[in-house]
Amino acid sequence: MILWSILIILAAAVGAFLFAKSQATTLQTANTGRLASLPGQHGLLAAAVAMLAGLAGVLVSIPFSTSFAWMMPVLGAAAATIAAFFTISRITPKWHARNKFEAIVMGVLIASSIVAILTTVGIFASVVFESVAFFRQVNIFEFLFTTQWSPTGTPPAFGFIPLLTGTLLITFIAIAVATPLGLFAAIFLAEYASPTLRRWMKPVLEMLAGIPTVVLGFFAALTVAPLIKHSGNAIGLDVASESALAAGLVMGMMIVPLISSLSDDIINAVPQSLRDGSYAMGATKSETIKRVVLPAALPGIMSAVMLAISRAIGETMIVVMAAGLAANLTFNPLAAVSTITVQIATLLVGDQEFDSAKTLSAFALGIVLFFITLALNYIAMRIVQRYRQAYD
Amino acid sequence: MIELSAKGSNGLLAKRYASEKRFRAYGAIALALTTIFLGFLLYDIISKGWPAFFESHSSLEMKIDPDKVAAGDIANGDFAAIIKQSVREQFPDIESRADKKTLASFISQAAGDELRNMVLANPELIGQTVKVDLLLSADADLYYKGLIETDDKLLLDKFSAKLPVTQSISWRFWTNGDSREPELAGLLGAIKGSLFTVGIAIFIGLPLGVFAAIYLEQFARRNRWTDLIEVNINNLAAVPSIIFGLLGLAMFLNFFGLPRSAPLVGGLVLALLVLPTIIIASRAALRAVPPSIKEAALGVGASKQQAVFHHVLPLALPGILTGTILALARAFGETAPLLMIGMVAFIADVPQSPTDAATVLPVQIYLWSDLPELAFKSKTAAAIIVLIGILMLANALAIYMRRKFERRW
Repeated sequence: MILWSILIILAAAVGAFLFAKSQATTLQTANTGRLASLPGQHGLLAAAVAMLAGLAGVLVSIPFSTSFAWMMPVLGAAAATIAAFFTISRITPKWHARNKFEAIVMGVLIASSIVAILTTVGIFASVVFESVAFFRQVNIFEFLFTTQWSPTGTPPAFGFIPLLTGTLLITFIAIAVATPLGLFAAIFLAEYASPTLRRWMKPVLEMLAGIPTVVLGFFAALTVAPLIKHSGNAIGLDVASESALAAGLVMGMMIVPLISSLSDDIINAVPQSLRDGSYAMGATKSETIKRVVLPAALPGIMSAVMLAISRAIGETMIVVMAAGLAANLTFNPLAAVSTITVQIATLLVGDQEFDSAKTLSAFALGIVLFFITLALNYIAMRIVQRYRQAYD
Repeated sequence: MIELSAKGSNGLLAKRYASEKRFRAYGAIALALTTIFLGFLLYDIISKGWPAFFESHSSLEMKIDPDKVAAGDIANGDFAAIIKQSVREQFPDIESRADKKTLASFISQAAGDELRNMVLANPELIGQTVKVDLLLSADADLYYKGLIETDDKLLLDKFSAKLPVTQSISWRFWTNGDSREPELAGLLGAIKGSLFTVGIAIFIGLPLGVFAAIYLEQFARRNRWTDLIEVNINNLAAVPSIIFGLLGLAMFLNFFGLPRSAPLVGGLVLALLVLPTIIIASRAALRAVPPSIKEAALGVGASKQQAVFHHVLPLALPGILTGTILALARAFGETAPLLMIGMVAFIADVPQSPTDAATVLPVQIYLWSDLPELAFKSKTAAAIIVLIGILMLANALAIYMRRKFERRW
């Protein structure tokens, strides 16, 4: 029905365009004078008005769409046609169709850019509303400060501390892997690599960045985790089959391209004159990098790491597939831990009851996640603004 | 005499050079590790998934017993029994009940259905002897591919000695929807679901994103309001995708009452998810068009909008489309937000419209990876190969477009 409505409205718009244009052309020849707007512009105005009216018709019909499905295309078509005829009836030589049309276009442009704000408001509203419902059932202090998380247990426990530590543990492993690898890769590519190597390595990193996380999760769960378990058992360590290490390692590899591409840009932005000055003092290349380039690039690199942390905390599929469900309060990377995102995903997959604390707790976790990532992004932005060096 | 060699200066220079070499080696090692990881990942997936593109068949001549299939009621004929019996007759030496049962389990359920369709299409076959193609079940298939060891080894060897087993490309993998039987499970439903979902995401996200970019880059005056919009867009670009899933669940499903599991909602969520990416890419493309072009248009009397829509936008379009393709590639691989809005159910039917319940390719991968049957692991890896193949095609298209249309001013 929606598809039909769209097609009908488009057809109405095309019809309005052609009819208005021919009307205006007739008027032009009859008057043998000039119109304030070209016939095509009259056409565009009629088409735009028809489209907007049609859309409005469709929107009005949405509440009835379950019982009267036919109303959607009918209302849309009726509104579009009426609006088109009304516009066409107003065509006169002095009618400034172009100005009206451009006003409509400008309105559409502004409305489009407001969608971004509406999205943020929507996200905020959805997590806040359901969280408020959750905190009516569960004390906020219990949520923030107790160390038991078992939403399906009897009685259920909603202490999110173990989830926070689990998230931080996996994030820490990921960042510990990704930062040195990404940073050294970026330094090598920016300062040492030949153009040929650069040309070959860039796509490799881009490809790694483009691999969907569900694929990485599959790889972590089925290949990396058993590998770690077996090698751990071989040297006498007790490794859980869903160890934090496996998820963290793979997540770290996922983040390497992010850190390396951001750092690469930042290192390249350090002016050559700084390097030349250092070389002139007799420093080797690595000394120049360590003592001149990196300090100059540090704020940018810090902000890249912040973004990487925010990415790791919000990453879902790798941990859903490779990390555990049981929220253990531990910092042992070989044990199984659970994360905020894992709990959100598992709580909301399957049956949802929007009156039970179990389902609503996912939204409370969502609000925590939203603010953590928001804060990290804000810090990253502030670091860049605060310490940005202006070179010229 | 002053000695300038490394030895003379107490080995300090040698140390510095060694440290230089070491530093360089760290960089090379980092790149090598990353490459090895990617290579290992791809090798692992491809070696696991490749066999799933093939299936094992055997064939057998059998009589379509009129006792089991009534000419007037072919649809309810017991074709599975015909096949079972004919296969057993081939192995008169197998007597124990358990072995007979195992023997029958080598043949997929689909064999009976295919025979039924054959007879339905041509009812004269009843009573005749026909050669029937037998699709083997997943476990037998894995054994003949050499992927598993099993307790039924003796029986399986006996079976293939009498009835030669051949491997052929599994078209079912491309034409079937999901199924509980690994040998019948296919990707068509997931691929169609993905196309619907991403199609809706582009239909909504592209115009919204481009319009917003045009406004912010070409028309908006710098004031608090536009600053707010910009901060918002940058923030949204960094919000975890699972949060968009929460938005979809609370807003689109609970508040607006849109259907669960539908590509329509999935597309809406993904449109909002990729919107910031499209806006940022489109703004960069618009900014790359030199202002002189716009000024020239304004100079000959075009209105501001005419200058932008007739001159700037067409020149920025290749860049916008390249950015859009990359954003869509991201949407195509996105899983987490779609789990939230219920696109994660077992759906055997191939969706016919964007409001039908459906799943998408990455979610199908997630679903299959969770199943206990060994054959589904292989299927999962095969589905990953398909997904990565599609993403690589999209990226190649974006690179091609960038090369072909990129203009330096």
